[in-house]
Amino acid sequence: MTDTDLGTAAATFDGTHSGLAGRLGDSVARPDGVPKAQGSYQFSGDLTADGFLWGATLRSPHPYARIVRIDVSGAWKIDGVAAVITAEDVPGKATYGLISQDQPVFASDIVRFHGEPVAAVAADHPETCRRALAAIVVEYEVLTPLTDPEQAVDGSFPPIHPDGNIVRHQRIIRGDQSIEGPIIVEGTYEMGRQDQAFLGLEAALAIPAPGGAGVELYVATQWLHEDRKQIAACLGMPEDNVRLVLGGVGGAFGAREDISLQVHTCMLALRTGRPVKIQYDRAESFHGHVHRHPCTVWMRHHAGTDGRIRRIEARFLFDGGAYASTSSAVLINGITHTQGPYQCENATVHGWAVRTNNLPSGAMRGFGVVQAAFAHEGQMDKLAAAVGVDPVEIRLRNAMQRGDRLITGQVVDNVAPVARLIRETAALPLPTQPVGGTDHDPMRLPGGAGRTADERHIVRGIGWGVGIKNLMYSEAFDDFSTARVRLADGVASVKFATVEVGQGFITIVGQIARTVLGVGEVVLETIDTQIGSAGSTSASRQTWMSGGAVDGACRLVRERLFELVAAKYQLAAVQLEIDGTDVVDTLGTLRIPVAEATAGILIEETFEHHHVPTEDLDEDGQGNCHTAFAFVAHRAVVDVDPELGLVKVVQIATAQDVGRALNPLSVVGQIEGGIAQGVGLAVMEELLQVNGIVKNATFTDYLLPTFLDMPDVVISLVEEPDPHAPMGAKGVGEPPTVSSTPAVVAAIRDALGKDLHRVPVRPSDICF
Amino acid sequence: MSVIVPTTLAEALAALADSPSATVVAGGTDVMVEVNFGHRSVSDVVMVNRVAELRTWRRDADVLHLGAGVTWSEIEASPIAEWVPALAQAARTVGSPQIRHAGTVGGNLGTCSPAGDGLPVLAALDAVVHLASADSTRSLSFAEYMVGPKRTARRPGELITGVTLPIVDGWQGYSKVGVRNAMVIATASVALVVDAGSVRLALGSVGPTILRCPEAEVFAANNVDFTSRVASSEVVAQFAELARAAARPIDDHRSTAVYRRHAVGVLASRLLRRAFPNE
Repeated sequence: MTDTDLGTAAATFDGTHSGLAGRLGDSVARPDGVPKAQGSYQFSGDLTADGFLWGATLRSPHPYARIVRIDVSGAWKIDGVAAVITAEDVPGKATYGLISQDQPVFASDIVRFHGEPVAAVAADHPETCRRALAAIVVEYEVLTPLTDPEQAVDGSFPPIHPDGNIVRHQRIIRGDQSIEGPIIVEGTYEMGRQDQAFLGLEAALAIPAPGGAGVELYVATQWLHEDRKQIAACLGMPEDNVRLVLGGVGGAFGAREDISLQVHTCMLALRTGRPVKIQYDRAESFHGHVHRHPCTVWMRHHAGTDGRIRRIEARFLFDGGAYASTSSAVLINGITHTQGPYQCENATVHGWAVRTNNLPSGAMRGFGVVQAAFAHEGQMDKLAAAVGVDPVEIRLRNAMQRGDRLITGQVVDNVAPVARLIRETAALPLPTQPVGGTDHDPMRLPGGAGRTADERHIVRGIGWGVGIKNLMYSEAFDDFSTARVRLADGVASVKFATVEVGQGFITIVGQIARTVLGVGEVVLETIDTQIGSAGSTSASRQTWMSGGAVDGACRLVRERLFELVAAKYQLAAVQLEIDGTDVVDTLGTLRIPVAEATAGILIEETFEHHHVPTEDLDEDGQGNCHTAFAFVAHRAVVDVDPELGLVKVVQIATAQDVGRALNPLSVVGQIEGGIAQGVGLAVMEELLQVNGIVKNATFTDYLLPTFLDMPDVVISLVEEPDPHAPMGAKGVGEPPTVSSTPAVVAAIRDALGKDLHRVPVRPSDICF
Repeated sequence: MSVIVPTTLAEALAALADSPSATVVAGGTDVMVEVNFGHRSVSDVVMVNRVAELRTWRRDADVLHLGAGVTWSEIEASPIAEWVPALAQAARTVGSPQIRHAGTVGGNLGTCSPAGDGLPVLAALDAVVHLASADSTRSLSFAEYMVGPKRTARRPGELITGVTLPIVDGWQGYSKVGVRNAMVIATASVALVVDAGSVRLALGSVGPTILRCPEAEVFAANNVDFTSRVASSEVVAQFAELARAAARPIDDHRSTAVYRRHAVGVLASRLLRRAFPNE
């Protein structure tokens, strides 16, 4: 098989032009924006190949059961079925996982969550697949599931996995443990299970090499090389025999960081010797990927009468679900952000990430910090009330600055404009429209199209949330990124394995190359594993890490170019620079277009960008475990119908610490999108499980904000370039999600004068 | 599997006579969801979206006849919206614009979910549902037609041809609670119709069928001033209480019985106040 068999669907970014213009700092439109809006963009679900088969997955209907018997013979009797595979057929390692490999490719003896894969089939048509799955007989001995994470902590439930029910416990002990009061505020905060709900469903196409010596997988994912490592291990193949190519990705938000259909698709292709495609539908997607951790956080803040925090006590309990995924890292992110963006010298924190028979939890935008922020921001408002100052003042009094220490002892050595963010947010205009608007459109009221309320039923509240988010990976992980740049005839070609999930890296690449090299045209090569790793598109890290790699490679290429030009014109290379699209001599003797200077030559350089090393935490949770930090402030205005418990988020104002906005249009998109996800978590998004059974795995009942639910967003980009960041730019993807949720909830509390301590806030939480 | 695409009512009825248990599809906005979730296996299909007789409406004096194939986007627009504003308000809450362009009033009746957005209005207006088969026609009041959750009096071989509604002079309105400001399934819904000395109240999503509230209706009719549009706050409160008492809600993953009962009371009181704005 070759790429040409795939037609235009293959290699979505192969030869893509990264826009035609735009340098760092310009607002550059995405090259894939119009095709996505018009529906012509090829997502990985649109992939096809000559003679391909469809694959499908049989999943457990039980959250916890012993598999007594699997009889696949019925599936084989159906015309068109080409393969039926179970755990017995896994050629290599039986399990996978990002941090510990504890999740089976197929359950063999025990199923541990509702929807765990048990078998898969390949057939000539999706309907044939459906019938084949229905013909597989699985006899289960149903067991009582562990669904209460407290039972995992207290040891009262027998282990549901050989690795035990506690994925990780970590404490943070810092400073004077005896400090009490004089002001004490306390609260317990709960968060339900949010789904990433990307619109482009999981899909992959696997193409076997002749003789089954290897496999090519076209897939929507977040980290090609990590996928390859896990897939190769499960297939029992050297990594070199597995090539991954990025299929068009329709959003990720953390849900594509774990393996879902990758190994199954490759196994079916290798078994049948034919291309195989698997594509989940929405219901299967809800079962097939990890979600944000449901979490319970207890906090007790001790403060002076001036409201300055003196000590924080906290306990975090993250429900990791059936398999470990990234729970141990999510836990560390949560507990190390206990204090929020505030100064705090003394702390006593205990955190657990535990295993249950609920859906596996893992990465989602904000990665543990969302849970911490909902709690610490609730606490800040309680503290403000206890001290008798307003929510802005309490936050200003405690605002972290560069050089302050986290409760892990780590010095925050990044730009940390917390007070400025709060002040700039406060200075943004409040909504000019009264409740219901000057046009009295009922659509503007809580209840929207349902016309449930009149203006007199509505009260308006204002709430605040301020956040800190670590950027890049933590705890001694070297999540480097690689880029290769070729310059010839005035055109730069850039090769990288950085996954574009919609965040906008493909525009940044062109902006960097045009700025550093003075080229007009930038070609992006196929995004695949034919170059070193880029690390994951997560943790707000790709502009910093892969941007750093592209920038580094471009600078190496530029040095070589200057050497060539200097030699040709008998100048010193150090006195050359790029001015627009020209190479110029700073002494004024030479100006030639880059296109002319590079005619007939080829310069190629590869660069790996590594961030500063980080450390593991010690047993008291001390250590420089994080790479860098970004900050954000949110102010929410929410209209509430107290009697029916319905809400309308009217406006969110935000100032965000972006370092430098390399593509302001794209930054605004990240902020608006992150806020939409934060609003959803605040007031409607929750995947419900009852005794481990998923109740609402559809978009009919898992509600995402619509246009009518999305507030106006007013933005101030605070640009203080970070000295540690390549190009000064901080990651911007996660902060909008971190503290927009607590801001919305604070506004509802403000409207009602009532404590709310759980998200999403349900109508019954408001009106009863 | 067969798919018949008739273009006249006679052809459609003939097709149903040949295959009485065929699945009738107009907009497909309910059927396709059930098919996609594997809740319905479709053998024979009769597509009625090209049957002109079903896609038209007409007004005869104070009666509006809607063909079963009239879409929600037609109902939410003028002139139907001026004649039956409560139905137009309900129409606006049906799904997204795309769904409203495809989904029909006949489909709402065919599925007959207690959460069907248009049904409380049809119940409150005492709408008449028209059914036809190859050899006969009959008409049922809405209350006769809907017999349970997603259960109707429609017989195999029968097609819903339309629904007849009175055009009333008095105030009418509709409210629906969902946990999102648009495009959401009703947690609870209420339709209120005031007409010639009567008050009619229907509740959705709080019982196995759409529920009328005779006690509340009689109480309101006896205690409001229709001419000067006065209702005391005590009357409004008691009306809400009677609406709550009429509800027969359940707990499910969308909400609780307690909240649903509470919500229909709030909606009933707010609608009554909109109809009778003076205290």
